Amino acid sequence: MKAAPTYQIVISGVGGQGVLFITRLLAEAAILKGLPVFTSETHGMAQRGGTVISHLKIGDFASPLISPGKADGLIALKAESLDQHGGYLKSGGWAVINGHAPLAIKGTTSLYYLDADQQAREIDDPRSVNLIMLGFALASARRGAFGHDGLYCSPHDVEAVLEIRLKRKNHRQKSSLRALKAGAESVPTA
Amino acid sequence: MKKAGKQVLMMGNEAIARGLIENGCSMATAYPGTPASEILAAVADTGKQLDARMHIQWAVNEKVAFEIAYAGCQAGLRTAVSMKQVGLNVASDPLMSAAYMGTAGGFVIISADDPGPHSSQTEQDSRMMAMMAKIPVLDPDSPRQAKEMVSIAYRLSETFNTPVMLRPTTRVCHSRQDVRPGTIRPLEVKPDFKKDPSRWAATPKFRYQLHLALEEKLARIADHKATDPIWQNPKANGRRAVVSSGVATAYTVEAIKALQLWRDLPFYQVRQPFPLHTAFIRHLLETYDDVLVLEETTAIIEMQLADRSRIKGKINGVVPRVGELLPETITALLAAFAGVSTQIPSLAQAPGRRPTLCAGCPHRASFYAIKRAAPRGIYTSDIGCYTLGLNLKAVDTVLCMGAAISQAAGFYHAYKHEEKRPDIVATIGDSTFFHAGVPALIDAVNQNVRMVLVILDNRTTAMTGSQPTPATGKSATGETLVKVDMETLVKGCGVNFLEIGDPYDTNGFIAMVKAAVAYSRSDGPAVVIARHPCIIDLARQGKTADPIEVMVTGDCDGCGFCHQHFECPGLVAVDDGQRTAVDALVCNGCGVCLDVCPKGAIQRA
Ligand code: SF4
Ligand code: SF4
Repeated sequence: MKAAPTYQIVISGVGGQGVLFITRLLAEAAILKGLPVFTSETHGMAQRGGTVISHLKIGDFASPLISPGKADGLIALKAESLDQHGGYLKSGGWAVINGHAPLAIKGTTSLYYLDADQQAREIDDPRSVNLIMLGFALASARRGAFGHDGLYCSPHDVEAVLEIRLKRKNHRQKSSLRALKAGAESVPTA
Repeated sequence: MKKAGKQVLMMGNEAIARGLIENGCSMATAYPGTPASEILAAVADTGKQLDARMHIQWAVNEKVAFEIAYAGCQAGLRTAVSMKQVGLNVASDPLMSAAYMGTAGGFVIISADDPGPHSSQTEQDSRMMAMMAKIPVLDPDSPRQAKEMVSIAYRLSETFNTPVMLRPTTRVCHSRQDVRPGTIRPLEVKPDFKKDPSRWAATPKFRYQLHLALEEKLARIADHKATDPIWQNPKANGRRAVVSSGVATAYTVEAIKALQLWRDLPFYQVRQPFPLHTAFIRHLLETYDDVLVLEETTAIIEMQLADRSRIKGKINGVVPRVGELLPETITALLAAFAGVSTQIPSLAQAPGRRPTLCAGCPHRASFYAIKRAAPRGIYTSDIGCYTLGLNLKAVDTVLCMGAAISQAAGFYHAYKHEEKRPDIVATIGDSTFFHAGVPALIDAVNQNVRMVLVILDNRTTAMTGSQPTPATGKSATGETLVKVDMETLVKGCGVNFLEIGDPYDTNGFIAMVKAAVAYSRSDGPAVVIARHPCIIDLARQGKTADPIEVMVTGDCDGCGFCHQHFECPGLVAVDDGQRTAVDALVCNGCGVCLDVCPKGAIQRA
């Protein structure tokens, strides 16, 4: 029997960008699929604009932290995070980065860029950088960017989570879904 | 009765809260502090809907929270108090005594540690406090186990009539895991205080008897089956063993498997680090030549293993004594211990971003005014978001809760015979003022300390996620409480100079602080209440004020004054520092910077 696939993803940014929120969405999406989940989050002082990092582990794990060199992917809401947290990536890993640059390979890591700040301005929703990046990452995975396994969930699965979580907050639900979609649609076709 | 459900994603703190509710805790108290704050919030979220008789409260400080919950257990109820590790210092007085007197109903003390530290003044180990008090302590490795341990803790407490400590760490509190909610046992709220003055009000002579009984109790707890260490890999054979507790156990499980040592390295998880099971100590020392002990943060388990020659740990410097035990550190230690080689990539030592006050935070405006009013002062400060006044050089000292005021007094006494005395300005948040500032203010009035105290009154406990203060008149569960009026309290302490202002009114507020400084030079303590709600809290309530749109005009010559003295993240240097611009993604539209630029280059858009 083939062992169930596992996923280890680092998500980082600065306090106030909503790193915890998208970590939570990814974790809830795993729960909806019946997968075991572990996350570790940054709370407290760092949430005031300091570096915030989440670890997300899906599959049979005992602990909440990812070891350096073991992460499959990195979602960076600030470009500088690649230097800071790139060490978590395994060889052949991927990184989805908020920044303006073409697709690139650095060492063995594939780097996917999206200028989410610009996108956020375009949709006139300054607080939506996190969801734009999440949409972008999920859609990239769908297109096969991250290897055969992709990710365990699709933009659709995360939409479902958003619909449950923001059930009573109609306005936020709408804007969140819009941001997720904007990010997803930014994946270049080809 | 609520039935058990299917897996849900729970934060460690939520899992602990769920454990309290499932186990019939009828009184839960706390003072907020990272990483423990979400425990009481989660109890409040579900507890009140289930049974209105449950008492759930934020107390004014940890000592008060402890004493309320302790009295509840004296009345025969199951109760709990939660706090962060340094909060336990504040509650240490009742803790030591409660250990002697013991309990009637079950009593669980949750003290969350912060190895790292990530958001604390120290890395102190609460298990050491349990050891000092002589009460048992349980050390969970995950949200799931934390929830389980609440139930074990209540039974332990009731079997031995002792307070029991549950000691999660940041990585347990703030991780999320799929956890299965269990059945909720109905509350038994039948207070039945059995008077027994020789115990509940024991004089020193009886305390000796209580201490004897306590020692005898501890010996039995060290033999308690329900908290026995767990041999994780009973098939493993070898002369070397590994012992761990808390989240280090979780890392060790993964590391031993990754190193393929699961069958060669016997590995034990200690659930109750103090008192360590007597039979376990004997077993370890009789069976193994070498034992590696992995625990956070102090060598509590290790200390209880008598034969030092066979133990590798913190005491002989094999395991680091400072900082978190991260998975990579544990992997390296295990590999070296087992004599196998492994490659561990290291992370770049990039500095990361330092935290800063939010764009539009009223504290920034207060600090700016303080620095204008007393430019060469000594600035004592305290614990909260406003500790970040550091970045503005408006905070010189931070010691512990409430110390801003007593330290200001100390500096005054140190300098009072000097010819030139520095102005002394203390800053303290509203919640911290209530918590531990009031006695210090009484003392300052009594000694006629010439200082200015600025109470940064943002109507909430912001740092820990906006818990109510005594002045907000809101309970943990949202009911209306009696408001404690801060002005009356300050006056009641005997303060004769008291002004209240809005720091957003930059020039008016600077003038107010200047008047306070002048008064303090000649007369005595002056207090200014800087009142403006936390913008994050306002946003949370959907009450954000209409933003004032600002822009930087061509008059900006890139002097950097606003960055140095005001440091709002909404103002960014562009064109290689030639100019400043407003970052619309970050700016909150508070409008305070309109009065900050000396060139008048910041204008309404
Ligand atoms: S959370 Fe509130 S008090 Fe804290 S820095 Fe932000 S605005 Fe200021
Ligand atoms: S208005 Fe000025 S001070 Fe206020 S948040 Fe915006 S940039 Fe910062």
